[in-house]
Amino acid sequence: MSMATPTPELAAAARADRPSALRKIRDVVLSSPIVLVATVVLVVVVVASVFSPWLAPHDPTRLTPALRLRPPDGTYWLGTDAFGRDLFSRIMVGGQMSLAIGVAAALVAVAAGLVLGLLAGFVRWLDGILMRFVDGLMAIPNILLAIAIVTLWGAGFWTVLFAICLPEIPRVVRLVRSVVLSAREEPYVEAAIAAGSSTFLIMRRHLLPNTVAPLIVQGTYICASAILVEAILSFLGAGINPETPTWGNIMAEGRMLFQINPGIILWPGLVVSLTILSINLVGDAVRDALDPRMAKRGIER
Amino acid sequence: MSAAQGENVLDIRGLHIALDGLADAGLVKGLDLTIRPGETHCLVGESGSGKSLTALATMGLLAPVLKCTQGQILLNGEDVLTVSPRRLRRLRATAMSMIFQEPMTALNPVARVGRQIEEVLENHSNLSPRQRKGRVMEMMEAVHLPDIERMYRSYPHQLSGGQRQRIMIAMALIMKPKLLIADEPTTALDVTTQAQILSLVQELREKQGTAVLFITHDMGVVAEIADRVTVLKLGEVMESHPTEQLLRHPRTDYTRDLLQSVPSHVPRPPRPDSGTPEVLRVDGLNKVYVEGGWFTKGRETHAAKDVAFSLKKGRTVGIVGESGSGKSTVARCVMRLIDPTSGRIEIGGTDIATLKPAALKPHRRKFQIVFQDPMRSLNPRIEVGESIIEGPLNFGVSRKAALARARELMQLVGLPASAVDRFPHQFSGGQRQRIAIARALAMEPEVLVADEAVSALDVSVQAQVLRLLAELQDRLGLGILFITHDLGVAAQICDDVIVMKLGEVVEYGPAGRVLASPRHAYTKALIEAAPGRHWDFANFRPFAEETPNAGPHGAAGSAH
Repeated sequence: MSMATPTPELAAAARADRPSALRKIRDVVLSSPIVLVATVVLVVVVVASVFSPWLAPHDPTRLTPALRLRPPDGTYWLGTDAFGRDLFSRIMVGGQMSLAIGVAAALVAVAAGLVLGLLAGFVRWLDGILMRFVDGLMAIPNILLAIAIVTLWGAGFWTVLFAICLPEIPRVVRLVRSVVLSAREEPYVEAAIAAGSSTFLIMRRHLLPNTVAPLIVQGTYICASAILVEAILSFLGAGINPETPTWGNIMAEGRMLFQINPGIILWPGLVVSLTILSINLVGDAVRDALDPRMAKRGIER
Repeated sequence: MSAAQGENVLDIRGLHIALDGLADAGLVKGLDLTIRPGETHCLVGESGSGKSLTALATMGLLAPVLKCTQGQILLNGEDVLTVSPRRLRRLRATAMSMIFQEPMTALNPVARVGRQIEEVLENHSNLSPRQRKGRVMEMMEAVHLPDIERMYRSYPHQLSGGQRQRIMIAMALIMKPKLLIADEPTTALDVTTQAQILSLVQELREKQGTAVLFITHDMGVVAEIADRVTVLKLGEVMESHPTEQLLRHPRTDYTRDLLQSVPSHVPRPPRPDSGTPEVLRVDGLNKVYVEGGWFTKGRETHAAKDVAFSLKKGRTVGIVGESGSGKSTVARCVMRLIDPTSGRIEIGGTDIATLKPAALKPHRRKFQIVFQDPMRSLNPRIEVGESIIEGPLNFGVSRKAALARARELMQLVGLPASAVDRFPHQFSGGQRQRIAIARALAMEPEVLVADEAVSALDVSVQAQVLRLLAELQDRLGLGILFITHDLGVAAQICDDVIVMKLGEVVEYGPAGRVLASPRHAYTKALIEAAPGRHWDFANFRPFAEETPNAGPHGAAGSAH
């Protein structure tokens, strides 16, 4: 749509009656107090993690054996771990990896699922083959599959990312396929077929835009789920190298020391829970805002 | 209320309905209407006229955002706008009831229909279960349902559309209400079923003395059943008269235009066949759907059986038939939106029936389609100009040239050239249909398939679009394959007519011959069933009163 039209000012005027993206985001955030709180929590967590190298009060990797397992005090706000590292700083830095995994998993799973879903929905002969693969993949429990992959190829960022993404892709494929199956019955798609448009053009122009709204929502859920799965994998010792702080790794280390300093599990666990809850709440709000049945309510009835 | 007004079953006085109670968002503006016992009062108007809102307001079913700001709705002297919700619930079913357009969605799909009728009695009477069942059976018999014992135990999906509407009527009338409100009850039904339902409503009205408020957009239905007619336009009453008087002497220009837009059932005079070349020839076309799995023998459905016809440049062939007749299947086969099972489809001399997609693509330009639903036939997310030039771009036309052509086409179909920069939601249904036609024409096709292209439009808009199609045909020499269920439309624009029933062609010939002196029993039945076919709306008189010299299918039928 960004192609040049001969009279751009007219086109702009035509678009003016559609709310701008910024306005839509503001409406979603302000739709309820809970969503507002969730958004604020999310922003705080993201900012604290991304800028942790500058914001963290201590070096998260400096070992000070003399100050092991300290309870919270004025210097070490959440206490220290078994090697005397500052827990608060570690949680901040650990967020980098956890959030990166979450966002990357959402992007990769949505991208892969989108391509496969479009193909399954529009290319009839591929549908049967693809969907049986998807069914097969869905029959294997997420965590088991992830552990198997990590065990096979060793734990690194990319392996863990792949292990987390793979079980999410079938869900995206099914979602996209169902949207495409209903959209392809629309007369405007048939008109495009009649106009001799290529399959690729029809997908890009007439089918893809219909999948954007549900995919944004699905993406938020995948992001939340990926953060959780990463934490579980790290906790089980099948995740990213224990030297790299992630929320799961911190909790895994604290497991043995629960009776001495329960905060090592409690605080990162709380941050994980709050982050996932916030992401899901925002995702729900976006879904409500994008659902045309919700949007129409009160206007047409 | 005083006894003098007591004789009106329904008496609506100065009714105003507005969105959110805002006076400037008025949707119904000062409606007056009275119905006596046993009278049928038709409320006619195009979409947005407020006719359905009036019905819903009477039933107390208006959506919360819509409010009655002024006026009274007196049902047997009781104002339904001010009664308590409890009393209103009692009034529905016992004093007034309503039937809707879509009988499938108005019935609960997971409950047996007999139960659903009985539920009304459970709520509003204290009969014993045995008596209730007896009453339901009686009522089902009164609406002429066959095999009522089996019907009683059926689920809605097991019944046909007409049977479902009969169930709805049985449900509505079982408490013998004084007023029946029917909101477009036959619009979703086939014409033969419509005729049966209309006569059923008439019969029950006479037997039970029920007053009927009948909402419709179809002047034919009005001519068939109404005692009195009120014409609404954008919430305002244009006029209200006894039927005969309104049809003969309409007072307002609006009513006159409305009547003149009704396509006449008398075929227009045949156009001379100037021996133009054939653009489309279909031979032995079959489409068979096979249901069933790998191991069971599939059940075969013949959606189209040995269909054959030909279309010449500048002529129009109509395919008429009821739902399930296979008329759309033929259209979609011709467009190669579905693959025919066997047969030949020659377009400009090439058989396209079995061409592979890649080989078919160069031929796509020559045949284009306009669909029924104007709301769904344009991609809502892109400017209409982009939709129009999509085809030409596929065929190597430069963007600049294609856009210039799109602007010309806009003017050709009666829209401003600047419309290309706007989005579909900024246009009305009729305008969108014009855009859809422009999109088809952008390919400079030889054959235009119009699949129920005017069925979703209001009658005045329908007339405009039909005129546009005729004009474009004259100018561009298009061959048009026109699919419709409306015999009046077919009579006005087709040179040849194909009548289909259950996938088979039962009659095929010149429109004047097929529609004026049908040979096949089914064609006859279709024509018999068309409501208002005796009435020449455009000339404000019944056909029987034509001047004696004019032939029975003569010039009087030229509506436009």
